[in-house]
Amino acid sequence: MTSTSSLPPVLLRVRDLKTYFVTEHGKGTARAVDDVSFDLYPGETLGIVGESGCGKTVTSLSILRLVPEPPGHVLPGSLIEFEGRNLLALSAPELRAVRGNQIAMIFQEPMTSLNPVFTVGDQIAEAAIIHQHVSRSAARARAIEMLRLVGIPDPDERVDHYPHQLSGGMRQRVMIAMALVCHPKVLIADEPTTALDVTIQAQILELLDRLQHELGMAVLLITHDLGVVAGHADRVVVMYAGRVVEMAETDALFERPTHPYTEGLLAAVPRIDAPRAPRARLHAIPGQVPAATAWPPGCRFHPRCPYAWEKCAAQEPPLLETGVGTGHTARCWLVTEPERKVPKQ
Amino acid sequence: MTLGTWLALFVALVVAAELVRALRHRGLRQERWRRFFRHRTASWGLGILAFLVIIALAAPLIAPFDPNKQLDIIHLKNHPPSWTFLLGTDVLSRDVWSRVVFGARVSLGIGALGALVAVSLGTLVGAVAGYYQRWIDAVLMRGVDVGLALPRIFILLMAVALWDGLPFAALVIAIGLTSWFGTSRLVRAEVLSLRQRDFVVAARALGADTARVIFRHVLPNAAAPIIVSAALGVGNVLLLEAALSFLGIGIKPPDASWGNMIADGAPSIYTAPWSTLFPGLAISLVVMSLNAVADGVRDALDPREEPA
Repeated sequence: MTSTSSLPPVLLRVRDLKTYFVTEHGKGTARAVDDVSFDLYPGETLGIVGESGCGKTVTSLSILRLVPEPPGHVLPGSLIEFEGRNLLALSAPELRAVRGNQIAMIFQEPMTSLNPVFTVGDQIAEAAIIHQHVSRSAARARAIEMLRLVGIPDPDERVDHYPHQLSGGMRQRVMIAMALVCHPKVLIADEPTTALDVTIQAQILELLDRLQHELGMAVLLITHDLGVVAGHADRVVVMYAGRVVEMAETDALFERPTHPYTEGLLAAVPRIDAPRAPRARLHAIPGQVPAATAWPPGCRFHPRCPYAWEKCAAQEPPLLETGVGTGHTARCWLVTEPERKVPKQ
Repeated sequence: MTLGTWLALFVALVVAAELVRALRHRGLRQERWRRFFRHRTASWGLGILAFLVIIALAAPLIAPFDPNKQLDIIHLKNHPPSWTFLLGTDVLSRDVWSRVVFGARVSLGIGALGALVAVSLGTLVGAVAGYYQRWIDAVLMRGVDVGLALPRIFILLMAVALWDGLPFAALVIAIGLTSWFGTSRLVRAEVLSLRQRDFVVAARALGADTARVIFRHVLPNAAAPIIVSAALGVGNVLLLEAALSFLGIGIKPPDASWGNMIADGAPSIYTAPWSTLFPGLAISLVVMSLNAVADGVRDALDPREEPA
């Protein structure tokens, strides 16, 4: 077990991040991300998992300040510190110098994340032209080199192709090439494989792993797929209803899930090796993520939790350490009262 | 008409046809051009426009007479079309063909320049309003509403009243300044939807600044409607110039424009229809060709259409 203190200095520190959206027609404020804190260390892969609508994507957009304003805004008091600089306090030009250069991002939909009217070469070269002011011909050479790096065959030819001439997997490779042109220290991958079929998913994730080792960057891997997290993340942050509910090293999380939500997520993964009664149904967490305008009082998971008791509805637990020095924390009263873990009828 | 002018006309025709053929041939290798030339009407429109532009450029070679010269006010007044006067003469005994040829310079020039001013301004205002939204959008779009509500012929009349003897450049600018409202609405609507697209967010995530996002990522994707609106704008400006000249506030006589030729010929339309018919035909031809070309361009630039 590695203790937090022996890890290298933090690369990206997120503290008390609150990103709220003002909804139209005066319905109130959607607290999409509410008090999220985590650290990202150099060279590691940190997975962020959770259901749709729990704030994963907004968290990632907040880091690069890409949340559409209005209606969204990051509340004062939030801190996003990259190499000691608070990104939330940067001026627009300073921020642009970080985007795509030090911290890059790839998106979920490779079909729509490329500009249809420019060649992929032009788009890959763009970051190099913006940040390193290289010449057109040098940028083109870089684009070809990047295409080769991400494993696209015939890069000399593909560089002049338009996005619509490429398949989904190829486009996601192009997106990765675009993001990595300037060798960023942090790559935020927002559901990079959700839109791809399974074999391509595996290829893209392998590619990300390989590039991470070659370039020595840290990856923030946002996904709803626990299989992806198990295979590729060093540590995992589980989010629910805009909050971090559990944080642990990947192995620890899968061996000893502590928060009932994490448990539920793990139980919901279909397993081919598990003995099951014929026609048994897949486990599902009852209910849905509540609306971000009206999170439930107390623990936000308590209405869906099989173990909840009065305290859960009354008082929200803090992130509690499950064992001294393990760095494994969970936002659940069960940590202090484990004997309460009896499912309700 | 002398042999020389026939020859010049023939050369102009051949050059126009050859130009379209060459473009078509070269275009067969490029998807977009191929989609354009799939339209038979678009090819014809392009050919007709090319022919008219060549004629306008080579006007002194192609016009047999001085367009402003009154050849013989006694004997050649309202002379019907003949081999000497191909399209007849007008009420002041000027050669209609020569005036149509020289008028093409003025009319096409005003059309192209006026539309250029209008579309540039409209694109800029629309892009700014659509991209920044909020109060900037509100202010600009209310301005556009006002502009669309005012009949522009009155605005132009006012300009003419304030500025006696409006020079050509001022006329172009005045027409351009009163013709951009529709384009700006169109561009704003496009930008509003484009700015939400993933690739625009992706560009910002790469560190692109606002100007780069607008001019490189947003506007090129709105190129199809902008170009179509420019093509249609040329036709509109042409008609506006004709209307202004007809009212006597456009191009000053004796210089010929297609609009003021119609105005000059209108009183004798029953006795000498050729002096209004041919400039009118020229205007219709240009407007129809532009519409056909705009259709082709729209199809050629539509990113939704996958290659065949």
